[in-house]
Amino acid sequence: MSETIPRRLVTPTPAETSGALKGSLYRLSRRRSTTAFLFALPLLSVVGGLIVYPALYAIYLSLLNRTQTKFIGFGNYAFLFTRDTFWAVVEQSCIFALTAVILKALVGIVTAHLVNNLPAKGQRKWRGMLLIPWVIPLSLSTLGWFWLLDPTYSAFNWLFAQIAGPRIPWLSEPNWARFCTILVNVWYGAPFFLIMYLAALKSVPEQLYEAAAIDGASAWQKFLHITLPMMRNVIAITVLFSLIVTFANYDIVRVLTSGGPRNTTHIFATWAFQLGIASGDIPLGASVSLFMFPILGVSAIFILRGVRRRGREV
Amino acid sequence: MNAAAELPQRRLFGGSLRRNRRWALAASYFFLVLFAIFFLIPPYYQLVTATKSSAEISNQTTDPWLPSFAPTSENIEELWNKTDFPIYLRNTALVTLCVVAITMTIAVPAAFSLGRMKFWGSGILATGVFLTYLVPDSLLFLPLFKIVGSLGLLNSYWALVLVYPTLTVPFCTWIMIGYFQSIPKELDEAALIDGASHLQMLSKIFIPVALPGLIAATIFAFTVCWAAFVYPMAFIFSSDQQVLTAGTITTLVKGDVYQWGMIMTAALIGAAPPLVVYAFLMDYYIAGLTSGATKG
Repeated sequence: MSETIPRRLVTPTPAETSGALKGSLYRLSRRRSTTAFLFALPLLSVVGGLIVYPALYAIYLSLLNRTQTKFIGFGNYAFLFTRDTFWAVVEQSCIFALTAVILKALVGIVTAHLVNNLPAKGQRKWRGMLLIPWVIPLSLSTLGWFWLLDPTYSAFNWLFAQIAGPRIPWLSEPNWARFCTILVNVWYGAPFFLIMYLAALKSVPEQLYEAAAIDGASAWQKFLHITLPMMRNVIAITVLFSLIVTFANYDIVRVLTSGGPRNTTHIFATWAFQLGIASGDIPLGASVSLFMFPILGVSAIFILRGVRRRGREV
Repeated sequence: MNAAAELPQRRLFGGSLRRNRRWALAASYFFLVLFAIFFLIPPYYQLVTATKSSAEISNQTTDPWLPSFAPTSENIEELWNKTDFPIYLRNTALVTLCVVAITMTIAVPAAFSLGRMKFWGSGILATGVFLTYLVPDSLLFLPLFKIVGSLGLLNSYWALVLVYPTLTVPFCTWIMIGYFQSIPKELDEAALIDGASHLQMLSKIFIPVALPGLIAATIFAFTVCWAAFVYPMAFIFSSDQQVLTAGTITTLVKGDVYQWGMIMTAALIGAAPPLVVYAFLMDYYIAGLTSGATKG
């Protein structure tokens, strides 16, 4: 409002000469917060209508009976708790996500260090090559693994046969099948850790290493006392982030085993899909998928704390 | 005795620092090669299989790891002429193009608004947008199945155009907020003094300056749409509406005898566009992705 006075001293704006109503509209549209709100409006409608609303709707759905005609409270959850398959899925989801994330983080740290050791000129090429698994659409690359692990034509078993090794039932024996789903996940996800860690490694000031070298620190001591503390935040965020993505993964298990043999490799996402879409029990499927929520929530809180802390440091 | 013990130690400190470094480098290359083999096995094997005829694939006396002795193009011909793969490819391209355009139209102004214009509650909103990115598609597909169904879009790729923005918009906004916030304050002050509106400020100053971020966000949206799998698996069931990922998995991998040569050809063609994009624009994308991790 205070803006109008000096402006009037100079010359009337076009809006002011063409009527009071239009003038106030014009002023409203010139206002920062109005423009800002209008700019953010499409985002808010997408986030509200297609993410927040469906998430709440999922909770409502999970409280209905199979035909979605009757409200049955926590009936679906009570039913799930009595099913052995459900507990097997909980266990398998946790094993799958935790093992895969830990291995991904390890492979990521090791490869990031190896690439960082190279002369600066070659780093880009190696990074590009190691990133390939992460670029290929996951369902299609898993199809490649599926073919590599084929029961009769497995190329790995062909190699083993050459040295008279055993014939491994990759996808038909539960523990081997579990191993394979984790293997593919590590293969796919490790490059993401690699690029995050590589970027973080580059941001550690060189002087710290020089000072440590003068003090006679070994490579391992440098890693333990400089690299790790400096990268702690990035490592934490990447791990938590990956935990969410891995926990919610659908592609790998669907393509590789479809949950088999005998439901032993099902995780939350694939079992929810199985129940909700394939068997047509949407409420039960929704209840299963909602069990991902606590893990997501806890990880999200910690990620947010990391992001905030980083914001303060800058 | 004493002097003899000291001699090798002195040599260790003197001339061997360079040799140590060379050893470390050699070891790095050695292990990197091992990791590279691990990372490249599936695409390599897909490529090898794609050039073989079914007879050669089922002949177990030949080495499956070696390229074909008589490379054949029958796989790609059959894929192109006798399957619905060309339709999948076209649908994927169409859906991806639409969603990338929608995503950028939504995310760029929103990021400008949340990151730069700072209105009441914009900080909380930016955090909220980041949080919604963490809600996975495998949690949303069931309620969205109902919503898409009630809109009459079930079994139509327009359903994918509607729901894919849930995968892309939050993160693209997040990337763009970071880029916009890194632009010096003086630039928009100068623009304001020259009488620019907010829209002009965005299009004439912020978008050109934040172009690397824009490219990163576009690549992200492209990759995610191209690779999306859960939604088409849930919403699409007829071949003329299907997209590449779900189509390859559901229709080609079917029947008594898998035609592995053809399936691998399909997987490779599907993987090619993202690979080409990365080959040229990898640096932008990595910068966009990791800037959030290292500076905030």
